[in-house]
Amino acid sequence: MARMKFLCDSERCIECNACVTACKNEHEVPWGINRRRLVTLNDGKPGERSISMACMHCNDPPCAAVCPVDCFLQTEDGVVLHSKDLCIGCGYCFYACPFGAPQYPRTTDFGSRGKMDKCTFCAGGPEPDGSVEEYQKYGANRLAEGKLPLCAEMCSTRALMAGDGAILADIYQERSVRRGYGSGAPGWSTAYGRNDRGSPFAPGGPSTGGA
Amino acid sequence: MIRKAEAGPILPNVEVVTRKNVCTHCSVGCTVIAEVQNGVWVGQEPGWESPINQGTHCAKGASVRELTKGTRRVKYPLKLVDGVWQRITWDQAIEEIGNQLMEIRQASGPDAVFWLGSAKFSNEGAYLYRKLAAFWGTNNVDHQARICHSTTVAGVANTWGYGAMTNSYNDIQNSKALVIVGGNPAEAHPVSMQHMLRGKEHNRAPFIVIDPRFTRTAAHATEYVRIRPGTDIPVAWGLLWHIFENGWEDKEYIRQRVYGMDEVRAEVKKWTPEEVERVTGVPGPQLRRVAEALAKNKPSTVIWCMGVTQHTVGTANVRALSILQLALGNIGVAGGGANIYRGHCNVQGATDFGLDVSTLPSYYGLAEGAWKHFSRAWDVEYDFMKSRFASKELMEAKGIPTTRWFDAVLAKPGEIDQPSPLRAMMCFGHGGNTVTRMPDMVKGLEKLSLLVIADPHPTTFAAIKERRNGTYILPACSQFETDGSRTCSNRSMQWGEKVVEPIFESKDDYTIMYLLARKLGFADEMFKHITVENTRPVPEDILREMNRSCLSIGATGQSPERLKMHMKHQADFDKITMRASSGPCAGDYYGLPWPVWGHPEIKHPGSAVLYDTSKHVMDGGGVFRARFGVERNGVSLLADGSYSKGSEIEDGYPEFTMAVLKKLGWDKDLTPEETRVIQAIGGGGAEVDNVSWQTDLSMGIIRVALKHGCVPHGNAKARAVAWNLPDPVPIHREPIYSPRPELVKAYPAIEDRRDFRLVQLARSLQFKVADSDLRQRFPMILTSGRLVEYEGGGEETRSNPWLAELQQSMFAEINTKDAEGLGIRDGAWVWIHGPEDGSKAKVKALVTDRVGSGTVFLPFHFSGFWRGDSLRGNYPPNTDPIVLGEPANGVTTYGYDPVTFMQETKVTLCRVEPA
Repeated sequence: MARMKFLCDSERCIECNACVTACKNEHEVPWGINRRRLVTLNDGKPGERSISMACMHCNDPPCAAVCPVDCFLQTEDGVVLHSKDLCIGCGYCFYACPFGAPQYPRTTDFGSRGKMDKCTFCAGGPEPDGSVEEYQKYGANRLAEGKLPLCAEMCSTRALMAGDGAILADIYQERSVRRGYGSGAPGWSTAYGRNDRGSPFAPGGPSTGGA
Repeated sequence: MIRKAEAGPILPNVEVVTRKNVCTHCSVGCTVIAEVQNGVWVGQEPGWESPINQGTHCAKGASVRELTKGTRRVKYPLKLVDGVWQRITWDQAIEEIGNQLMEIRQASGPDAVFWLGSAKFSNEGAYLYRKLAAFWGTNNVDHQARICHSTTVAGVANTWGYGAMTNSYNDIQNSKALVIVGGNPAEAHPVSMQHMLRGKEHNRAPFIVIDPRFTRTAAHATEYVRIRPGTDIPVAWGLLWHIFENGWEDKEYIRQRVYGMDEVRAEVKKWTPEEVERVTGVPGPQLRRVAEALAKNKPSTVIWCMGVTQHTVGTANVRALSILQLALGNIGVAGGGANIYRGHCNVQGATDFGLDVSTLPSYYGLAEGAWKHFSRAWDVEYDFMKSRFASKELMEAKGIPTTRWFDAVLAKPGEIDQPSPLRAMMCFGHGGNTVTRMPDMVKGLEKLSLLVIADPHPTTFAAIKERRNGTYILPACSQFETDGSRTCSNRSMQWGEKVVEPIFESKDDYTIMYLLARKLGFADEMFKHITVENTRPVPEDILREMNRSCLSIGATGQSPERLKMHMKHQADFDKITMRASSGPCAGDYYGLPWPVWGHPEIKHPGSAVLYDTSKHVMDGGGVFRARFGVERNGVSLLADGSYSKGSEIEDGYPEFTMAVLKKLGWDKDLTPEETRVIQAIGGGGAEVDNVSWQTDLSMGIIRVALKHGCVPHGNAKARAVAWNLPDPVPIHREPIYSPRPELVKAYPAIEDRRDFRLVQLARSLQFKVADSDLRQRFPMILTSGRLVEYEGGGEETRSNPWLAELQQSMFAEINTKDAEGLGIRDGAWVWIHGPEDGSKAKVKALVTDRVGSGTVFLPFHFSGFWRGDSLRGNYPPNTDPIVLGEPANGVTTYGYDPVTFMQETKVTLCRVEPA
């Protein structure tokens, strides 16, 4: 059985936000709820790199571990879903998640934050696949239609990939080998130190900083 | 089953229709797949089969479905009465606008109306709008190309013949080195980056970014070169200095295919590494490294964008980079080329089809011969066309460009080379905040007696509070609500299919133009050979008329049938060469990039790489165009021993005319019908010999040239020296508002002059600025550029909640050190003061090292604030964009390129103060 994963190749990500608006478009996600967003390190400086972040669909999801009403479930493909019928909006999952994935429609000093919302890997929720109820609570169920998450399908540079983790690992490895040097090679800076980045024209060469 | 379809999902048991169109934002040309149910666009899917985007999008492309939901769209025609927007009917709107236009025409002549068209028109719309202006009787017709790449078009057309990108986005995957000058494709053309990054990774290609700003593109570069804004020519000459010094140039290529390189050598000699560093700030060893990378990793490509073009030396910048590529022998080669990224989705097409003050469609110009050609093509008498104009002189005189329309409104009679200042503006699909010197624009706007805005959104023009009467807004629909073709930057034409009917009361551009032409009384002549269904001209028919008349760029083979077939069979095209190897389009290049010589029936495949001699002309090969005569001062301008594969003439040759055919004895190859047409065009007398490939409506001359393996436009050398331009060899000139007054005397601006019916100040203003204390009062350099989430003036994208959420406030990038000195924290409000008119803008500070010390960057997509005040209340109800902000052009200044009147947006001065 495939285990679904996201992988964002930071050598490719150009922070264009296609993944973010594709998600909004596909699921009609309201203003203020950000199932997916971009994180940039060293913004505006040599070595600037971005990655696209959402629920990472952990193998052993901490959100599920802390949920007091046990609203999370994992599909056979390893996608982490939750039931908005069970969710009480307590926010524990938000504290547990290392990626900041859970989102809430309301912020109040006391009382409920509303039903938690997050990336579903375009796999809907516990309701019947493709039903109107499922869409209204969780958005589209592309996996049920044999498609992958729209964020990855539409990524401008094929930085963000989604699918079977084993296949993604192969693709990423092939890319790294092809890049072959500098920051493109896994472990380069560990092996040679941050100051030796290969030839001046290699990706991540001295003038740009690199990895 | 009764439910709001727009809230999704795709309803079970309701038919889903899939329609294919093209993104309406940038010029990459990404295929958009729309899923439609009950006439509502409910889902957007990746266009996997498109060889261009291969399923991908940027933020804008991934959000286009919102456009047809239309929450902030103009919903019905509106009229401004004493500062209040009133709903009116289409009939009333056309009636009142038409009557006022006729009154202005009667009192002040046809040149008192300015027709501003759009790079968001389809090709058919662009052509029709140019035709509309011609039938109205003016050359005051322009569009966004003026403010983005007019200098590119002028620069490269004057170098090797055609004003367009030579290769394609896909072809960059063949490049062994890439240099991007004044461009930020990661934000402006994100999908192009997949081709560029593949080129970088697969070929291990040096990826070099030359820019004043460490852009998101630079973040992926192998080498980033920071330059002082406005010093592109010294950088290009600095690179060429190393190339010549080390003998890295392609000597044989230069001998065979380039005219005048020795004059360039003389100029380049002055640009020693020391002088380059003094002027540009770039260390000598760094430029040597870049020059070596370009010279030793061939083919190498040069990519540029508005950081090169939007300058007082825009055309010269373009020429310098073109000459650099000629010296390296990189033009006409797959993986090489001048890859010029155009801006809007159809700015290349709108330029090609003549939305321009200086030419009729297809770059024919405005001379008598051009008008006669189009009179024949349109099947109207030349004398009728002439009678539409105030005079023959004005018929053949360049019009007023969009960068200066307000100067033409405010001009006193006598200051302007036409009978009356402008009194009315017809503005189709064009933002109001896109041109520099907005304080002057506002004064011009106030003085116009009639302003008509035809647009899906009200635009900045509608929100300027000084204007209280005489404004009409017509709801035009987007390209997703009509059909027609658009041309990507790489010259590929794509046919977009109507996704949904125009929403609310909106109408498509064709219909609005027809209604106006009918009211103005020339619809019968104008639509003589174009079918009009009810009030909607059929776009396929418009394209067929273009195919018949636009010979000079070879826009003749792109019939609607062929274009639709390409869209249907996208999967058959190769993802790098863009050529189909199987299926009904086998042999064709995707989208038939022009030139597509001759009638559609001869099945020319299109030209993926311009000027490529390694291919037969019928296989997409080409040579440099013989556009500037055959010799100059005794030196031949024709190619020397270089020709496209299979050419029967194995040397240079002039453009084909009847006289040339006769001389070669090839006139016998013409059919009797072709001969009859040529005789008729030539009037039967001596003029017959002058009928050329460009004017022969039978396309017989083209057919015969191709038969002998020759390119109809002749085979010449590219010009390193363009003697008809103000600077035949590009020379560095400091910006008008130079931050280095001490360099102004050595590198002065061009002398003041007149052109485009107006005066152009340059050196006098530059010297005045340099001699004043302005530099002390405005110590920072101000530059501007794009963001990925928004496009152009931004009204459309700032109205889209999915995009607006990502960029909620206008900001200025300020260097960390500068911010520290000024006591400005990140996120704090600041005033940006401009040096003209006491201009100022209140924006948020983004403190970052992205800009160098002493430089401030403003994104140009914002509008709806003015000097600290919100203009939200001035928009028609429920059409105000979600995000408003100060327009960058509120603080930009005077300065124009002498060849095209391109505006200077990239270098001026400013002062930053905490607010």
